[in-house]
Amino acid sequence: MRIMIDSVVEFLQGNFWALTALKLVAILTLIPVSGLAIGFAELKLSAKMQNRVGPYFAGGRWGWAQLLADGIKFIQKEDIIPADADRPVFRWAPALVMVSAVGLFVVIPFWDGGAVADLSIGIFYVLAISSISTIGILMAGWSSANKYSLMGGLRAAGQLIAYELPMVLAVIGVVIMAGTMSLSGIVKAQADFSLFGWSGFGDQPIANFISPFFILQFVGFLIFFISALAELSRIPFDMPIAESELVTGYLTEYSGFRFLFFFLAEFSNMFTMSAIAATLFLGGYLGPFVDVAPWLGPLYLVTKIGVLCFLMIWFRWTFPRFREDQLQSVAWKVLVPLGLANIVVTAIFKVVM
Amino acid sequence: MTLEQDALKHFSEVSVALELQTPDMTLNIGPQHPSTHGVLRIVAQVDGERVTDVKPVIGYMHRGYEKIAEVRTYPQITALVNRIDWVSGFANEIPFMAATEKLMDIEVPERARYIRMILTEMARISSHLMFMASYPLELGATTPLMFALRERERVLDLIESVTGGRFHPNFNRIGGVKPNAGAGPSQKKAVQDLPKGFLQAARDAMDELLSTCDQFDELVTGNEIFLARCKGVGIMSAALAADFGVSGPNLRASGVAFDLRTHTDYLPYDQVNFDVVTGTVGDSFDRWQVRLEEIRQAAYIVQQAVDQIPSGPLQAKVPKIIKVPKGEVYVRAENPKGEMGYYIVSEGGQGPYRLKIRSASYSNISVIPQLLEGVLVPDIIAIMGSFDFVLGDVDR
Repeated sequence: MRIMIDSVVEFLQGNFWALTALKLVAILTLIPVSGLAIGFAELKLSAKMQNRVGPYFAGGRWGWAQLLADGIKFIQKEDIIPADADRPVFRWAPALVMVSAVGLFVVIPFWDGGAVADLSIGIFYVLAISSISTIGILMAGWSSANKYSLMGGLRAAGQLIAYELPMVLAVIGVVIMAGTMSLSGIVKAQADFSLFGWSGFGDQPIANFISPFFILQFVGFLIFFISALAELSRIPFDMPIAESELVTGYLTEYSGFRFLFFFLAEFSNMFTMSAIAATLFLGGYLGPFVDVAPWLGPLYLVTKIGVLCFLMIWFRWTFPRFREDQLQSVAWKVLVPLGLANIVVTAIFKVVM
Repeated sequence: MTLEQDALKHFSEVSVALELQTPDMTLNIGPQHPSTHGVLRIVAQVDGERVTDVKPVIGYMHRGYEKIAEVRTYPQITALVNRIDWVSGFANEIPFMAATEKLMDIEVPERARYIRMILTEMARISSHLMFMASYPLELGATTPLMFALRERERVLDLIESVTGGRFHPNFNRIGGVKPNAGAGPSQKKAVQDLPKGFLQAARDAMDELLSTCDQFDELVTGNEIFLARCKGVGIMSAALAADFGVSGPNLRASGVAFDLRTHTDYLPYDQVNFDVVTGTVGDSFDRWQVRLEEIRQAAYIVQQAVDQIPSGPLQAKVPKIIKVPKGEVYVRAENPKGEMGYYIVSEGGQGPYRLKIRSASYSNISVIPQLLEGVLVPDIIAIMGSFDFVLGDVDR
C-alpha cells in the first residue's frame, strides 16, 4: 500500500500535466462544495439572526441537505428562454459568471506551494479575472429582453467600473509592502515580523509571529472588503438585483438550472473573493505552528475565509441597500481618494523606514 | 458644387445622423411587482434611472363594496367593511357603526366604547407594525420584517382572544360589541365579557411593544444607510398634502397636527392622554418616525384604557330587526391609514340606499405622482412605501 502511494506521488511529481490535471479536478470539486457550504451557512445564519429555525427537515438533521434538495428541484424545472431573448448570449451568461470563481481558485495558495499555478503576476491576474463575472451579469441583463433585467445589468456594469478602481488601489498598498505580485510571495511576506524592516525589541525577532497586512494596511483592507462586497453585489450594494425595485434585476427571466448556476456562482464568488482577501490581508495559510505542521495551512485559510464570509452574511441581513447614485459617490468621493492616500503613505513609509 | 463642399455636406449629415438618440423608456411597475402592496400599477417614463413622468393606474382590485352595500342589511355590511383595509380590519368597522348609531340615535354603553377603543388602537398598532416590516424590506433590509411581524403576532393574538378573528374580526354590533365576547361554550351568563386575563395580557404586551419600538430605533432609525435613503426624499409640503386631501400619519409628518381622535367623539379618546405626533419636513423619514411614535402613543392609550375601563353592559337596547330611519349622515374617524368616513343615505329600510366610503389610501396615493417627478427609480419605492397604502383601501 505504502509503496503504491509512494509510486503515485513519484509519478505525479515527475509529470507536470498529470499533477495539474489532478489539481484542476480538486478545484472543480471544491467550487460547488464551497458554494453549497456558504449557501447553507447563509440559510442557517440568517435564520439565527431573525429568530427563525431555518431549514430543518431535509437530510434528517439541521436540514443539511436543503441546498442539495433545492438543486434537484431547480434541475427538474422548465428552462424558459423568453421569446425575444438573445438566445446564445442568454445561454452563455450563467457560465461566464461561474468562470471568474473557477479562474480565481487557480492562483490561491492553500499551503506552501499549494496553488495550481503560482503566477508571478498573481494579483494582476486576480483583478482581471474577478471582473469577468460582471460581464456575465451584463450579458444576462442585456439578453433577457426585459427592462428590469436591462437596468439590473447596467447597474452591475456601473458598479464594476466604480469599484474596480478602489480595489486596485487597495491592492497596490499590499504590493508595495510585499514587494511582489505573486500571491504566495505576498503570503510569505506576511510571515516575518517586521514593521517596514523594524523587527521588534532586541536582536531576535519573535519566532513564528505572523504580521498580516491588515494591521498595517487596515485602510486598504477596508477598501478592498467594501469593493469586494460591491463587486459581488451583496447588500448593501445589491442594486443589480434589488428585488423591491427591479423584481430581481438580471435574474428576472432566468429559471431552472441556469438560475441555479447564478445562485451557485454568487456563493462561489463570495468564497473566492474572501479567499483573495484572506490571502492578501490576513496572512493566507499562515498561522501558529504552520511551519512544523503544514497540514494546518488549509485549515487556517478556510477559517479566515469563513470569518470574512460571516461578515458578508452579517451585513446582508442587517443593512438596507444604497441608492445607485449614493454608491457611485461612495466609490469616487470616499474610497478612491482614501486609496490614493493609502498608497502615498505606504510608499513613504516603505522608502523612509 | 466642388468635391470638398460635397464631402463637407455629407460629413455634416452623417454627424447629425450619428447623434445618439436616447428616448425615454416606459417602465411598467406593477400591477404584479414585489413592492406595490397589492396590485397598484405605476407607468413611469424613465430616462436611464431618472423618472420623468409617472401615472398611477388603480382599479385592479375594485370589488364594488359601495354597490354591494346597497343590497345588504346594516349588520351584514359590518362583515364587508372589515375587508376594505385588511391590515386594520377592526378599525374599519368603527366609523360605520358610529354612523349607523348616529342615524338610529343609539347611546352605546361606556364599556363597549372602551373595548372598541382598545381594539381600534391594537388595530392601529398592527397596521403600523406592518409598515415597520415592509418599509425597511423595500429599502433592502430583511431582518426588521421578522422583528415587526413577531410583535404584530402578539397584538393579533390579543385581538383574536377577544373577537375570535385576527384580520376580520366582525365584532361590532350596532349599539355595542358582540355580547358574549370571548366566552367559551361552558360559560353562560356569568362571563359574557372580555376573556379572563385579557386586561393584564394587554398591559404586558404593550410594555413589550414599547421596548420593541426602542429596538427599532436602534436597528433601523439610526442606520446610516437608512437615513441616506429616506432623509430629504419625497418631501411633501403641508400645502400640497392639504390640496390632495392627504390624511393620517402622512399629513402629520408634514407638520399638520390634525388628528380626528382629538376632534370628534366617536370613541372616548377624551378620557385618555396622548400626543398628536407630527413631523417637521414631511420627507419619507418623517413618515417613518411619525408611525413609530404613533405605535408608542397607541400603546399608552391601550394601557390607560385598560386601567380605566368601566364595568357595565356591552350592548345597548336595539330592536331585533334593525331598521334605520330616513336621513343621511357622514361620520369620519382616524384610521391607521388616515381619515376614513362613511356617508350613509337611508330611505328607512333594513339596508342603506347609498353608502359612500371615503378611504384614506385613495387620497393618499393621489399625491404620489407629484412627488415622483425627477426622482431616481429606487426613490419610487422609497417614496411609495413611505405612504403605507393598502390597495383594498384604494379600490374598495
